[in-house]
Amino acid sequence: MATISREEVAHLARLARLAVTDDELDTFAGQLDVILQAVAQVGEVAAVDVPPTSHSVPLTNVFRDDVVVPGLTRDEALSGAPDAEDNRFRVPRILDEEA
Amino acid sequence: MSTVTQLSYDEAVARFEPVIGLETHVELGTNTKMFCGCPTEFGAEPNTQVCPVCLGLPGALPVANRAAIEATIRIGLALNCSIAPWGRFARKNYFYPDMPKNFQISQYDEPLCVDGYLDVDVDGELVRIGIERVHLEEDTGKSLHVGGSTGRIHGATESLVDYNRAGIPLVEIVTKPVPGTGARAPQIAKAYVTELRDVIRSLGVSDVRMEQGSMRCDVNTSLNRPGAEWGTRTETKNVNSLRSVERAVRSEIIRQSGVLESGGTITQETRHFHETTGDTTSGRSKETATDYRYFPEPDLVPLAPAAEWIAELKAALPELPRVRRQRQQADWGFSDLDMQSVLNAGAWELIEATVAAGTTAAAARKWWLGELARHANETDTELDALGVSPQAVAELQGLVDAGKINDKLARVVLEGVIAGEGTPAEVVTARGLEVVSDEGALTKAVDEAIAANPDIAAKVRDGKVAAAGALVGAVMKATGGKADAKTVRELVIARLS
Repeated sequence: MATISREEVAHLARLARLAVTDDELDTFAGQLDVILQAVAQVGEVAAVDVPPTSHSVPLTNVFRDDVVVPGLTRDEALSGAPDAEDNRFRVPRILDEEA
Repeated sequence: MSTVTQLSYDEAVARFEPVIGLETHVELGTNTKMFCGCPTEFGAEPNTQVCPVCLGLPGALPVANRAAIEATIRIGLALNCSIAPWGRFARKNYFYPDMPKNFQISQYDEPLCVDGYLDVDVDGELVRIGIERVHLEEDTGKSLHVGGSTGRIHGATESLVDYNRAGIPLVEIVTKPVPGTGARAPQIAKAYVTELRDVIRSLGVSDVRMEQGSMRCDVNTSLNRPGAEWGTRTETKNVNSLRSVERAVRSEIIRQSGVLESGGTITQETRHFHETTGDTTSGRSKETATDYRYFPEPDLVPLAPAAEWIAELKAALPELPRVRRQRQQADWGFSDLDMQSVLNAGAWELIEATVAAGTTAAAARKWWLGELARHANETDTELDALGVSPQAVAELQGLVDAGKINDKLARVVLEGVIAGEGTPAEVVTARGLEVVSDEGALTKAVDEAIAANPDIAAKVRDGKVAAAGALVGAVMKATGGKADAKTVRELVIARLS
């Protein structure tokens, strides 16, 4: 049985702002299903004494001191921007959401 | 929409019970950002405090700022929270240009501090506000919407983004729902935010200035009929002053009661507060809100604050505002009522600083609750945003005490200070407001007043000292108010006895 539906793939595509055609939805649903089933197999093997792992290195508390380090100049910062105006990054208008 | 019944506030709280909740964001005053070494100075030129990490450039890796973690734990401890022994940062994914990475590093289901409370004095009564969580995240950049007529996002054709603020450590403090406040809901909301601000300021971890955005508040409000289940809540954003917290709750209670009384339902949504009208308007609906797809931030290792560290921070907490206030009230000799009016006016810390600058508590209170409060009311500003520092008030009182100006002139001087003309001493010099202390000039004015008012002078000679007031008035008028009334009175009586 498929572990991911066509609708779920469409939802994910929308969240990721990807334009996906109807045909592609079928393709991706099938491909993602293979991946999810492979992950599910790992889940079956993992015993109850193996906790879910989010980090591969057994480290905690890596901090830096609160000391200023030189960053980029404004020109450097804006050099990668598709467009700039008034020393700011210029982006298309944003609809339906508030800053 | 069908016709909506409009209830007054009193009718609204008579028929419905409000439940409030507050989410407060506080920008920490660290030297550097949360995950990179960029400076955090307020008001710097756009995009001059940025680096590959806070711009989200490929390959850049975040490292947590120890001072920000420490500050958050201290806030949690001051709010009686438990500190999580282990927790991870999470990515909150969304597409919006205020975060160039397309996600914000935040904490999701593993906040640093949980389950505390804050005791708040509301008109002398103790109200305990439950704290759900305190977590740490990074602030977003600032967007300037251009092309529209209103400067707001609707109708804008483009946005210009400054990332100086992106990545500044931001602490979010979320209360538990607060039921049972009845008609006092707006007042309690304001009292809570005020107390929270004072606590955070006493910790020295943020300047908590609402007008500069280093403290921001979202207000949740719902209404239910007595005995019924809690209603659907709305979240009001953009509440940027203590006064607005109170107004936002009040206006939302009135609005929701009207909808419910007309048989309508409340939509769970974000609403925006407008300073000018005191109203809220609908923002985006929560039903279509983004699915943030939180997941543990893989670029940051988990936090595991050691018990010893937490104990150390707890032992080093400063005296908290409630305790400090009780001590000061005794030191200053203020009655409960005096102290209450000071607190309601938001003048406590201003008076504290004025006293520290060398003025008596009574004089400090007189200025902050008198002239300055009047001016704040007239111009619809907070006391601490008038542009008059406690040092200036202390200096002003010093000039009065030294006999350089009298009370009446002091009020004029204060106007000059508010108008930005400089320190009190500078205003006195610039406007030529110093009192006439030249004995010869005063004696001459007194003699002229006596000569011009022989009847009154005769009365005073006959022992009717109260009549001297009219002569003092005449001298004050002749000197343009620049004489010391007490000295003039002494001179008049000496002349006529």
